[in-house]
Order: sequence, then structure tokens, then C-alpha cells
Amino acid sequence: MERTGIHELSAAYALDALDDAERAEFEEHLVHCADCRDTVALFRETAASLAYDAEMPPPPPALRERILTQARRERPNVVPLRRRWAFPAAASVAAVAACAAIGLGIWAATLHNRLGERPEAVDIQGANGSLIVAPSGEATLLLRNVEPAPAGKTYEIWVIRGETAARAGTFAGGERVAVALTRDVPDGSVVAVTLERAGGVNKPTTAPLFRTGAV
Amino acid sequence: MARDLAHLSDEALVALVARADDSALAELYDRYGGVAHGLALRIVRDRTLAEDAVQEAFLAIWRSAARFVPERAKASTWILTLVHRRAVDTVRREEPRRAEPLETAQQATADTTEDEAWLRLQRARVQEALRRLPDQQREALELAYYGGFTQSELADRLGEPIGTIKSRMFTGLARLRELLAEPGHEEERWNAPEFTS
Repeated sequence: MERTGIHELSAAYALDALDDAERAEFEEHLVHCADCRDTVALFRETAASLAYDAEMPPPPPALRERILTQARRERPNVVPLRRRWAFPAAASVAAVAACAAIGLGIWAATLHNRLGERPEAVDIQGANGSLIVAPSGEATLLLRNVEPAPAGKTYEIWVIRGETAARAGTFAGGERVAVALTRDVPDGSVVAVTLERAGGVNKPTTAPLFRTGAV
Repeated sequence: MARDLAHLSDEALVALVARADDSALAELYDRYGGVAHGLALRIVRDRTLAEDAVQEAFLAIWRSAARFVPERAKASTWILTLVHRRAVDTVRREEPRRAEPLETAQQATADTTEDEAWLRLQRARVQEALRRLPDQQREALELAYYGGFTQSELADRLGEPIGTIKSRMFTGLARLRELLAEPGHEEERWNAPEFTS
């Protein structure tokens, strides 16, 4: 019931016909629903084709110049291409139900299209889930079907910048995991999860089970 | 000069933009700036606001190109989505303008270049597909996409339950997708009378 209703919203979402609250709610739903992400991707493409029906008086030449001038001025702010984090290969004994990584959305790009205004969701490699990062850097890790940590062990989250991994919280696993990170996630960092002894440790002692690309 | 990038795909250009290559941004603008501007103008109905929306969208492309995932979407879809969102945000902020009549549209004059011919072809395709949609679905899509109305506003305006509006948009987009995917109809429309008008 509920599911059908929200699924139907992928059309309104693709047409930008949701108000801010509905949009935020649907984007939250998109993080978890691969079907809707697929539908939205198709609908976005169809909706974008409607753009060609608009009359096209040529834009003033000055607009092109304004855009390029402003872009050049901002150049240093452009995020670098994601760097590969030199991690050892993820542990093969990953205590993770082997789900395909949930591509965050399609709309990875779109979800963040208001840069600086709304949270973005980042794929998790090696697990079903995503990392939601607010513009402020506050982040929440959402995972599904993570095998409960064995007795005496805990999952520990790390925010890694350059060569430094900083502790960012622990969790026990389970069907649905939602953990607010205890530290901010700056641009260009990687968030990873390792299995550590209960209580957590100061530095990761095992290879990451799952992690994001550069945030 | 941006023209030496003309052989690159949109996706390749976005990859270059992600590396802060401003000539790639210029090339993307040369490809989509016109459509973007036409779309923004149709939605916001004000030249200055339309230009602002286009500028914001292209700067968003500049800033977030590194996050574009080509496997998930065509670059053109991404770009036009950004433009549409900006324009819709603008028109919702500038509510009173909606009552104003749409500016008289200028006819695009030169129709000589390959790009322009391609754009006109696209336009003819979309118009034909829209024409074949059931009226109520077309109305819902047009008011939402070009009018910038939310689904609740549409329900009020059309005096229909919101559920009806949602399913018109859903069914309408799905049907439009099918119509646009129909092979051959682009060639068929190329010489159609309304195309040359």
C-alpha cells in the first residue's frame, strides 16, 4: 500500500513537482529503494526531453561570459577527482551479507545538486547502504543486513583523511543499522568500517569490511 | 577556444569539467545553454531570472561534476535536471510572476547549423509525443514541468484529488517515455508540416 504510494512519487520527483518536505522525504526513501532509483533515472531522462519543447530565443552572449568568468574564479574550490584510498583488499571474511553495493542513486549527482544546501548520500562499497553527509559534514551511516558482530567484537567506523584514520563510532550490526558518526566527514575523506574488539580501538587493526569512495 | 572539444561526448566533457577544465564547461554551455535558457525562460517568464537560473545551474555543474556518475544518467539529463530544478525553485520563490503572461517567444532565426537542426528535430519529436498523450496526462505533465507547480498545487488548481494527479503524472511520464522510444518516428516527423512552421 504505502509502498505503491511512495513508488508513484518517482514521477512527481522527476518532474520537480514535490514541495521541499515531500522531496526530502522521497530522497530519504530513494536511499533505500533501488526500484525507485531506477524509475527516477528513467523518468528524469523523459522529463528532461520536455526541455526541448521550450521556445529557444538565444541567450545573450554575456551570459556565457558571466558563467565562465565566475567558474574560473571558483576554480580552486573544485573537488579533485576521487583518489583511490590505498587500503588492503577488503577482508574476504567480511561479516557482511554479500549484497551488491547499493548505488546510491542515480541521482547521486542530483541529490546534491544544491551543493551546500542538502545532504548527499554516498555509496558504500562492500555493503548494502549509504552514507548521508550533510553540508556541514555531519554524517549518518545507513546499512542493511550487517551480520551481528561476534561476541567480544564491535564494528568501528573511521573517517580517513590522508594517512590518518579517526574514530567515528561503533555499532553492533543487524538488519538495519543507522549510526550518527561522532565526527564530521570533510570533503575528500573516506569513511570505512572495520571489525574491532568490543569497546573500540584507537587505530584500525583490520582491513576495512566496507567503505565509501572519497566523500 | 572551446570548439576543439567538439568531438568529445557530453560525458567526456563532464569528466574534464570535474578537472576544472573551463573550456569543457564552455563546450557544454555551447551545447546546452540554448535549451537551458529556453527552458528556464518558459518556467520563470522573466529574462533576468531565467539567466540567473541558467548561470546557477552551470556553476552547479562546474562545482559538482566530479560527482556525476555516467552509468546512472546521461550528462544531458543531468544538466537539464539541474536547470529545471533551479528554474522551479525560482518560480516558487517569485510566486506572483506566475500570473503574468508568457513573453512572446522569438522565433529562432538561423536554422543552418547541424546543432540547430538537431535541436529542432528533438523539439519536433517531443511535441509529437506530447500530442499523442491523453489530454489529462499531458496537462499534468505540462503544468508540473513547465509551470513549476507542486502536485498539491496541481490538485487544487485542477480540482482533483492528489492521488489522481500523482497517477496522471506517473502514467503520463511512462507513456511519454514509450512514445519517445518509438523507432522511426523522428524521421517521420522531420518533414512534417508543423515542423517547418
